Amino acid sequence: MADTVIYAMYDDDEVLKAGAKKLVSKGVKVKDVFSPFPIHGIDPIIGVKETRLGIMAFLYGLTGLMLATIGMNFFMIQDWPMNIGGKPSFSYLENFLSFVPITFEFTVLCAAHGMAITYLLRNKTLPGMPAENPDPRTTDDRFVIELRLSNNANFDASQLESMLKETGIVEIDQKEIK
Amino acid sequence: MEFQVSNKAKVWTTLLMIVGIVFTAIGVVLAIGHGHLGQQFMANFLANSFFFFAIGLSALFFLALQYATETGWYAAVKRVIEAIAGYLPVGIIFMLVALLTLSFMHGGHVYMWMDSDVMSNVKSPKYDELAAGKGAYLNLTFFWIRTVAYLAIYYIFWTGFKKRSRLQDENPGDAVKIHFTNYRKGAVFLVFFAVFSSSSAWDWIMSIDVHWFSTLFGWYIFAGAWCSAMVVMVLLVIYLKKLGYLPKVNESHIHDLGKWTFATSFLWSYLWFSQYMLIWYANIPEETTYYLMRIENYKAVYFGLFFINFAFPMLILMSRDAKRNAGILTFVGLVILTGHWLDVWVMVMGGSMGPLANIGFLEIGMGVLFLGLFIRVILVNLTKAPLTPKNHPFLEESLHHEI
Repeated sequence: MADTVIYAMYDDDEVLKAGAKKLVSKGVKVKDVFSPFPIHGIDPIIGVKETRLGIMAFLYGLTGLMLATIGMNFFMIQDWPMNIGGKPSFSYLENFLSFVPITFEFTVLCAAHGMAITYLLRNKTLPGMPAENPDPRTTDDRFVIELRLSNNANFDASQLESMLKETGIVEIDQKEIK
Repeated sequence: MEFQVSNKAKVWTTLLMIVGIVFTAIGVVLAIGHGHLGQQFMANFLANSFFFFAIGLSALFFLALQYATETGWYAAVKRVIEAIAGYLPVGIIFMLVALLTLSFMHGGHVYMWMDSDVMSNVKSPKYDELAAGKGAYLNLTFFWIRTVAYLAIYYIFWTGFKKRSRLQDENPGDAVKIHFTNYRKGAVFLVFFAVFSSSSAWDWIMSIDVHWFSTLFGWYIFAGAWCSAMVVMVLLVIYLKKLGYLPKVNESHIHDLGKWTFATSFLWSYLWFSQYMLIWYANIPEETTYYLMRIENYKAVYFGLFFINFAFPMLILMSRDAKRNAGILTFVGLVILTGHWLDVWVMVMGGSMGPLANIGFLEIGMGVLFLGLFIRVILVNLTKAPLTPKNHPFLEESLHHEI
C-alpha cells in the first residue's frame, strides 16, 4: 500500500507535546511519536489507547499461581509425600503455608517474564528485530512525530507540512513507502 | 486558603466523643463486680492510646521520609501530613498517662513484668522464672528511661519540622536552606526511628506477652501503623477536596496516596505472614504460645482481620482507576482502618485479658472516643497553617504532578 509519511523532528519534548496538541485540535491524526524516553502525558494527546499489559500481567500471574500449586501438590504431596515440620502429610491444605512463598515467587516470575516478552513482541523490539524508528537520533536527543497521508484524507502533504512548520520543528522529512 | 473546621465536623466529632464517653461509662458500670475492670479499662486505654499515637508518629515518619528522599510530589499535601503528625503531642500525653498508670498499678495485669512478685520474689506463688530472666531489660527504671527517650526524641523532631515548615512559608529567601536542614534532620530522624520503632514496639506491646518474643514484631507493628496513617491521609485529602479545599491537589496525588495504602497493606500482610509462617513451620512451644492463645480465644477475629487487611486492598485497590476513585478509596480505607485497630486491640488483649476479652460497650466506646478526639485534633491542626505550603522548593513540581 503506497503511502506518504512525514517525519517532523523536534529537539524538546515539551515543544513536541504542544505541537501535537495543536495538530490534533486541527483534526490531524498523528500516527506515532518516537522519543528516547517516555513523554509524560503524550498518550491521551495523540489518542493512544490505554495499555492492556496489566490484564496480561494478571493472566500470566494466574497461570503461575496455578502451575505452582499443581506442581507442588504433585511433587510434595502426591508423588513423594514430604514431612514438613511434622505436619500431617498427604494434605496440601494443611501444609499450605509452607507453599505460599514458592507460589508467590512463581506467580511473580511468570507475570514478570510474560509481561516483558509480550511487551517486546508487541513493540517488535525482540533482540535481532529490525529497528522501526525513522532516525537513529530519536534514541539520543531528538523527538519525531510521524504523520501518514492515508490517515489524513482531508489534508494534502503540503498542508500538513505547513502546519507542522508552525509548531517549532527543527527538521522535516517526507518519504514514500510501498 | 485557610481551613475552617465546619460546624458539621464540630458536631460530629463532639457527638463521637460523647457517644464514646457514654458507651465507656456503660461498659464500666457493666464490668463492675467482675473483678477485672481495672485490667479491662487499662488494656483498652493502652490499645487506643497506642493505635492513634502510632498513626501520628507514622505520619511524622512519612514526612521525614519525604524530606530525606527529597521527594517532589507530596508538597501539595504536605500540610495534611503535618496535621496528622500534629496529633503526636496529644498521643504522647495519652501514652504517658497509660504507661504511668500501669506502672503505678504494678502492671495492672497488663504488664506482668511490672509486678515485683513475678519478677524478683522467689517465694511468691506468682514468681515466674522465665519472666524474671528478662529482668535486666524489663524493669521499671530502664523501661522509663527508654520510654522517655523515645517520646522526647519524637517530640523534639516534630517541633523542629513544624517550626521549619512555617519558617519556610514566611522566608522565601531561606527556603532552600531550610529545605536542606529538613533533608538532614529527616535522615537523622529515620535513623532514630529505625531503631526506636522496633524497640518501642517490644517495650510497649510485645512485653505484654512477656514469655514470647519475635524479632520482626517491631516491623509488623510499624507496618500496621504506617498503613493506618496512609489511610488517614487519603481520607483526609478526599474530605478536604470534597469541601473544595486543596484545589491544586489533583487525581495523581490521590493516586499516589492510594498506591502507598496499597503498598503498606502488602508490607503489613507480608510481615504478618512471615511471622506466622516461621513460627508455624518451626513449631517450637515457646514461640507458638502467642498464636495458640489467639487461635483459642479469637480465632475468627484474628484470621478475619488478616483476610480483610490483606484481601480488601489487594483485590479492590489493584486497578489504576480504583486508586483514583474517592468512593472506593473511602470504603477500603474505612474497612482496613477498622481492621488495623482490631489488630492492635488483639495484640494488647491476647496477653492481658486473654479469654475474658470481648468487644463490648467499653471497647467500642473507648475506640469511638479516641477517634472523635483524633479527628478533632487533626482538623484543628489544619486551621493553624495555610493548606498549601509556600516556598517549598518542590512545590511547582508537585502542582504539575501527573502520572
